[in-house]
Amino acid sequence: MADPNLSATPPQAISTLPSKPPFWNDPQKRALVFQILLVIGIGLLLWFIFSNTLHNLDKRGIKTGFDFLDRPAGFGITQSLIPYTEASTFGRTFLVGLLNTLLVAGLGIIFATLLGFAVGVARLSKNWLISRVALVFIETIRNIPPLLQILFWYRAILPLLPGPKDSISLAELFYLHKRGFTLPSPLFEPAFIWTFWAVIAALVLAFIMSRWAKARREKTGQQFPVVWTAVGIILVLPLITFFLTGSPLNWDIPALSGFNFRGGLTVIPELTALLLALSIYTAAFIAEIVRSGIESVSKGQSEAAASLGLRPNRTLQLVIIPQAMRVIIPQLTSQYLNLTKNTSLGVAIGYPDLVNVFAGTTLNQTGQAVEIIFMTMLVYLVISLVISLFMNWYNKRMALVER
Amino acid sequence: MQAFITRETLPSLPPPSTLKGPIAWMRQNLFSSVGNSIVTVVLVLGILAALIPFINWAFIKADWIGTSRDDCTSGGACWVFVYVHLKLFMVGLYPESEVWRTILVGAILVVTMAGLMIKGVPFKKYIQIFALIAFPIIAFILLSGGAFGLPHVETNFWGGLLLTLVIAIVGIVAAFPLGILLALGRRSSMPIVKAICVVFIEVWRGVPLITVLFMSSVMLPLFLPEGMEIDKLLRALVGITLFQSAYLAEVVRSGLQAIPKGQYEAANALGLTYWQGMYKVILPQALKIVIPGIVNSFISLFKDTSLVLIIGLFDLLATIQGAFASPKWLGYAIEGYLFAALVYWVFCFGMSRYSQRVERSLKTTH
Amino acid sequence: METATQTKPEIAVSLRDVNKWYGEFHVLKNVNLDVERGQRIVICGPSGSGKSTMIRCINRLEEHQAGQIIVDGIELNNDLKNIDQIRREVGMVFQHFNLFPHLTVLENCCLAPMWVRKIPRKEAEATAMEYLERVKIPHQAKKFPGQLSGGQQQRVAIARSLCMKPRIMLFDEPTSALDPEMIKEVLDTMIELAESGMTMLCVTHEMGFAKTVADSVIFMDAGQIIEMNTPDEFFNHPQHERSKLFLSQILGH
Ligand SMILES: Nc1ncnc2c1ncn2[C@@H]1O[C@H](COP(=O)(O)OP(=O)(O)O)[C@@H](O)[C@H]1O
Ligand SMILES: [Mg+2]
Repeated sequence: MADPNLSATPPQAISTLPSKPPFWNDPQKRALVFQILLVIGIGLLLWFIFSNTLHNLDKRGIKTGFDFLDRPAGFGITQSLIPYTEASTFGRTFLVGLLNTLLVAGLGIIFATLLGFAVGVARLSKNWLISRVALVFIETIRNIPPLLQILFWYRAILPLLPGPKDSISLAELFYLHKRGFTLPSPLFEPAFIWTFWAVIAALVLAFIMSRWAKARREKTGQQFPVVWTAVGIILVLPLITFFLTGSPLNWDIPALSGFNFRGGLTVIPELTALLLALSIYTAAFIAEIVRSGIESVSKGQSEAAASLGLRPNRTLQLVIIPQAMRVIIPQLTSQYLNLTKNTSLGVAIGYPDLVNVFAGTTLNQTGQAVEIIFMTMLVYLVISLVISLFMNWYNKRMALVER
Repeated sequence: MQAFITRETLPSLPPPSTLKGPIAWMRQNLFSSVGNSIVTVVLVLGILAALIPFINWAFIKADWIGTSRDDCTSGGACWVFVYVHLKLFMVGLYPESEVWRTILVGAILVVTMAGLMIKGVPFKKYIQIFALIAFPIIAFILLSGGAFGLPHVETNFWGGLLLTLVIAIVGIVAAFPLGILLALGRRSSMPIVKAICVVFIEVWRGVPLITVLFMSSVMLPLFLPEGMEIDKLLRALVGITLFQSAYLAEVVRSGLQAIPKGQYEAANALGLTYWQGMYKVILPQALKIVIPGIVNSFISLFKDTSLVLIIGLFDLLATIQGAFASPKWLGYAIEGYLFAALVYWVFCFGMSRYSQRVERSLKTTH
Repeated sequence: METATQTKPEIAVSLRDVNKWYGEFHVLKNVNLDVERGQRIVICGPSGSGKSTMIRCINRLEEHQAGQIIVDGIELNNDLKNIDQIRREVGMVFQHFNLFPHLTVLENCCLAPMWVRKIPRKEAEATAMEYLERVKIPHQAKKFPGQLSGGQQQRVAIARSLCMKPRIMLFDEPTSALDPEMIKEVLDTMIELAESGMTMLCVTHEMGFAKTVADSVIFMDAGQIIEMNTPDEFFNHPQHERSKLFLSQILGH
């Protein structure tokens, strides 16, 4: 109801604030009370859980704390990137598991990206058959659980391979058999360090060359075959160094002795199956991301570029890819994160990853469930956090400036 | 400047034969250049080389019906393995005499889903309420029994596809309300509520499901007062629900973000309280937009249910693995996995098609 | 290159019995047209009559399937070299501007000169600034397209085409995606360009523009050119039934 006197009152300096409502009707106070109650509620719940847990652990005679990390583990691990024996500590078990997880994740990301981009580009091919084959691949793989695919490779396909004695061999150097994939392992002599430095020097040189080519193009307009020159430098320089220093690299060639191989490097079948399954599964998603990323760049963009006289490959390089990448990279990183989390499925086939050796074996042996699950989850959380920080940074940097 | 003007309307002519018909189509789509032609030929040969032996093995030389592995004599796939174990794969160890109950639940589910998904079915609202509230109760009573004269069937006996579906459906239905609350909380102006929701959501989304399952199977019993036992399935369901609610929260949040600010303001201007505005104005719109997102997250969940075999539950994949691990059927892993893959594929592909359809129809109506 | 420049042809664009199909659909039916150097042609006609398709054939954004198109003395066929050469000489402005959103205004303008004409950056930027001044937005050079209004974006698009120093400009409804108050700024730019002697083919329904600069107006319907006349004649005394109908419709609204 409007006050009839209101309009007659002369405007005064704003000295009166709106009158205060009773505190139970004041939205700010309500919110405060609600939040306090919520915190109390959650606190009570946590206290309930905490006290129950302490009581239960006490009854089972388990001492809480991280002391167990210094105790000897007493079990072996089939694959380890760092020296590890049964006498090593549980702390070292954690490290071995973590490294094994990172190994599959890293290799998987590389393979999945290569395959995924190839399939994604195939999906966009003008050739009907290629595009269809890519589509069938994507739709088949995406809709089958990754765990099933891992088990399929590990328990249905790899066992079909012959035993070590009748391995499928390539040039007597590479052997594919039931127990893994055996290949020569490199033995570096001290002089190999020069080749290593040559690789680094070549990379630096290629970088400088591309900078120079760009500067020259901007100054004179002349173009330079940057990619081919870079490939040339990176291949030739280390090779020359390698031979000049007397080929300081030998190979430990695997040889069959008895029922197994001696020498060389054997990739355990668990790793093979896990890598195959996760790379293929993730590639199917990456392919869709690549396709939709490139298709998200409107046709008008390539038409405008064409009408300016840019050739199709330059259009791709200068107009399509830079725009598509903004769409692709955030989704790609989240696929990398998924792949990293999915490496934990290796536990189903006994791949010695973090979840398997730590949240599995170590937990069973020590019973330190709370600490172990906490540490395991923390590892994944840290990885997620790092990746999402990167994503935020990237999105901010690449956001198209709009009005 | 000159143009040759034709006053009369020229007839539309059919395109020249070089542009039309299967030959022209093939020339454009398969043999447009030398490189393309080579690729096409190589691909056709490759596909034939892979497909012919596969079809031969899976269909032509396969054995379909029988009672034991001795009936597999043709040298192709032994589908007898699946045929013999079909009941096990579908419902696990559910008692033979009670299987009709699972079939009834399945039938109600199919009819309800059809009612929800097919356009033009009347009383959509009541079907929704039925699906979200009545159906879970009816399904639980039917499956678990112990009432209305139905013998009790322990969850240990639930298995196969039945268990897979139970986990997936319970996971999504139970996670739904929690997901909505979390999404609202994350957009709340109350800092503590917001912080709690953000932490909750990001923690669950940051860890793999398998660690959640480990946690719920080893840590949940520790969290509860002494002597309180909860069954293995329930433990897994708790973990999956919490996990899934975080993903659903993000899906719902994307829908809330898509609702224009004007809608919130209009709801306020009409004098609706926060909850009234949410319930009557915002959520109905937001949830409609995110149907495809919800379906997609259900597809992920459906695939993820296979992880329960790692903590010792007998879902579809686990029963199949169990079957070909028995000495009587050793060596039929490929048949088993292919069957499992087919079942999962049919469900996931069907759902993804449905979600794409909804997405398209949403696009055209907006 | 040598032969093309020596025999400076009088005719800039020539279409002979051009036919095109989209699948079964006959979009262009026996289109014949000669445009002399320096001429300004306005093309109008109902939506779907094939106007865009015709001018897009001229720089080979669309392929014609029968007949002959000769631009600047070069025949358009599958020869990539010819296509490259023609696209350098022919600029195009689109209805939806199609600026590259990830590049600044200046970078948009320099991209093609640097990569296609292989001009040093400094020189390309100087030219770009010159044209941006001509379209009256030099101070926006460092901004991104998303920060500009529609009219400004379209003027940048015109400047971007001009930076390639084309001899022929194609316009496909350059003002129909713009708000009314921005149409004028774009038309003014186009009029100035016309007055500088550029050969222009414009698909547009802006009568004022046509009356000011066009040498002739072409009316298209159902894939054919069914009328051609001077702007005054065409707008005041249309000959063909369908031109009359069309004009009454665009004038009536
Ligand atoms: N890429 C295409 N595929 C199939 N039909 C098309 C395509 N582009 C245009 N058309 C059809 O060709 C006809 C002429 O289109 P267009 O040249 O764009 O007409 P205008 O520019 O005169 O409006 C329209 O009927 C349109 O539907
Ligand atoms: Mg048009």
